[in-house]
Amino acid sequence: MTVTSDRSAPTDAPLGAPAAKRFGGLLKTRELGIVLALALLVAYTAIDNPRFLSGQSIRDNLLNTAILAVMATGQAVVVITRNIDLSVGSVLGISAFAVATLMSNQDLPMVVGLLAGLAIGAVAGLVNGVLVRYGKVPALVVTLGTLYIYRGITYSWAGGSQVNADELPRHFLTFANDSILGIPWLVLIALVVVAAGSVMMRNYRVGRELYAMGSSPAAAELAGIKVARNLLGAFVLSGALAGLAGVLYAARFGTVDAAAGTGLELNVVAAVVVGGVAVFGGSGSVWGAALGALLLTVIGSALAVLDINQFWQQAIVGALIILAICADRLVAVRIARSLRKRDAHV
Amino acid sequence: MAEANARPGDQPPRLEVHDVTKSFGAVAAVQGVSFPLFPGEAHALVGENGAGKSTIVKMLAGVHRPDTGTLRVDGVDVDFAGPADAKAAGIAVIYQEPTLFPDLSVAENIAIGNQPLTRLRQIDRKEMTANAERLFRRLGVPLDPGRPARGLSIADQQLVEIAKALSSEARVLIMDEPTAALSAVEVERLFAVVRSLRDEGAAIMFISHRFEEITALCERVTIMRDGRHVATELVAGLSVDDMIRRMVGRDLSALFPKQDVEPGDVVLEVEGLSREGVFRDISFSVRAGEIVALAGLVGAGRSEVMQAVFGVDPYDEGTVKMHGRKLRKGQPRAAMAAGMALVPEDRRQQGLVMELSIERNVTLPRARKLARLGLLFGSAEHEAAETWTTKLQTKLGRLSDAVGTLSGGNQQKVVLAKWLATGPKLLIVDEPTRGIDVGTKAEVHRLMSSLAADGLAVVMVSSELPEVLGMADRIVVLREGRIAAQLTRAEATEESVMYAAMGQEVAA
Repeated sequence: MTVTSDRSAPTDAPLGAPAAKRFGGLLKTRELGIVLALALLVAYTAIDNPRFLSGQSIRDNLLNTAILAVMATGQAVVVITRNIDLSVGSVLGISAFAVATLMSNQDLPMVVGLLAGLAIGAVAGLVNGVLVRYGKVPALVVTLGTLYIYRGITYSWAGGSQVNADELPRHFLTFANDSILGIPWLVLIALVVVAAGSVMMRNYRVGRELYAMGSSPAAAELAGIKVARNLLGAFVLSGALAGLAGVLYAARFGTVDAAAGTGLELNVVAAVVVGGVAVFGGSGSVWGAALGALLLTVIGSALAVLDINQFWQQAIVGALIILAICADRLVAVRIARSLRKRDAHV
Repeated sequence: MAEANARPGDQPPRLEVHDVTKSFGAVAAVQGVSFPLFPGEAHALVGENGAGKSTIVKMLAGVHRPDTGTLRVDGVDVDFAGPADAKAAGIAVIYQEPTLFPDLSVAENIAIGNQPLTRLRQIDRKEMTANAERLFRRLGVPLDPGRPARGLSIADQQLVEIAKALSSEARVLIMDEPTAALSAVEVERLFAVVRSLRDEGAAIMFISHRFEEITALCERVTIMRDGRHVATELVAGLSVDDMIRRMVGRDLSALFPKQDVEPGDVVLEVEGLSREGVFRDISFSVRAGEIVALAGLVGAGRSEVMQAVFGVDPYDEGTVKMHGRKLRKGQPRAAMAAGMALVPEDRRQQGLVMELSIERNVTLPRARKLARLGLLFGSAEHEAAETWTTKLQTKLGRLSDAVGTLSGGNQQKVVLAKWLATGPKLLIVDEPTRGIDVGTKAEVHRLMSSLAADGLAVVMVSSELPEVLGMADRIVVLREGRIAAQLTRAEATEESVMYAAMGQEVAA
């Protein structure tokens, strides 16, 4: 083989704009699919029972979504880095119990409660992150372990006791239902968290680095990305948001015992997966995960309104998860094929 | 050598490797290597498999830290704690396997860690895409910055890597065998880009096994052998013969004693074996008591041929005969029944179950024979394992220890024991001594030699020339999937094997 010395035909060929659009379109269909499913579900249920669209019903749905959406935001960030945080239900529990105990029979402002919840969650998340990064143990195992550990701590602390609503200050309890401009605080906080998370993941360097880490861990190290810092950050964020969710939980339900939030981690992971975050990291979005949380919540209340056995709810959630993963595979295959076709023309 | 190190009337070196040593465990990968890299030059780094080229690359990339010695950039000593430091110092590395993020867009891949920001410190996507377009125009490649990196051909991925290097204003570009997976047209396109970068003042280090590429692209060449620096010279003053001689020229010690054995009957006969795009028209035979080596460069198709012979991989045409009887293709079970055993290259992945005990590993392939009424008794396993590990002088604590606890050399012995326990007529060993220290290496060789003396036919795939020359009765040299030469022990020298492997005519 010989190699010519002059430059071989460097032309300014047109850059394939259509393919970029097509790809963007396919990506959007992922979130669009959830919106469509939601619309269909709401429409069907509303036809059956118009009260499903009443102000109170919508409000309930949004309030119920808020806590799940806050946790799904943190979980989405962790899953995008090709990890998982199964301890969030227990972190919610420990935070809810701690904050309720702190606030009971004292006149502390709400902000203190919120900050305390965030701090407790952040510490729990940091422990997870350190074990994953420096203990070199897979996140699945680490957070499965801390799921039991955090829950165990809460149980031994609470010792069967519970914090009742009458022990909590009034402003703490009304916080969940108080509104500003007609939007409940709880929903507002969830919206802010989801929006901030989305912007961080989409428009900031650290967000793109988290995507990169999930997309190819080895390449991320070679590219000089601060993998350790980012990974700890992701787990701290997930923990802190679970802690925040604990405060919201305590405020919303008033009565808190050591079992608060048991099993919630599976709902959170389900919301994230249904919302289009790839289980092996690298793709998906925070607001997709939030939509997933909304969809799961609405399914729950719709089934109740339609008077369908609650048993079916779990089966439907399971089917949705499988559907979501199949849809991702299908989309990935289609993208690969369309890109290959395009390359063949070049 | 000294004249070539300093280029008269030119700038000071951009990058200097100075007396650098790096060991992994007991193995010294690089020993006291020094060479400079000047701005505006393309510098080739050549050497046999395992000469230490990749270790040099990884030190420059900040992946490994030199044990002793220094790296200098623009005359200043640098100490890279990680890849980020090397990047900050202006060194960009393009690996043989590109390291892009498949889920991110091409533009994002180029800008990662270095994205243009708006006033709010958000990523300026417009600017980022414009940057990528500008770089692609400069490189003269029609790539779409908006598409994801997933699905790009290797050649395009490499161009994206180059664009990445340009965007970070790298002044040193290191390319580790970038052409290995490229077609001729793609190589030309890559070279055009590299030449223009060089002319703009970048220092380029180019690693390749293809001499015609080195003479076409590079001014100077550094030759390494066994982790040591052999020479740094002008390419123009060096013939390909000289280069090869320096790459291999070494004393062949008496480390590898193959006893002379009168070969017996033909055991294995391979005729006209072909597999589309992998190897073509491979024919050779092996007789009892003979060791036949398959030599060639990495990627020449050696392992693939033997995998096909054993039935792990399919083949399109040709026949494989054991003791004159044709084997059905794609059936390792049939091959094993006919007396074939394969010791694979990657012990961890293919040869051993690391968590299982030594005895369980040894008896794995013939668990059925040892079983009574379908049940496997510990005592039978223990006995069989004991016999073979003792024969092979394996150093171990207890037979019930996990295989993962053994050293590399002893793991290799366990793999050998495992297959020898099946009583094979033909033993295929792929890279029998990779990652094994020198002492154990000699033991493995002695073992193979005595096995051959006992009438076993052996096929050995090896990248290490001294091993090939010391052990083999005959050498089949593969190049790009074809047999380039069959040499008897008397004909084989380091030069003749390397010439054949690299596709050069043997000089008189």
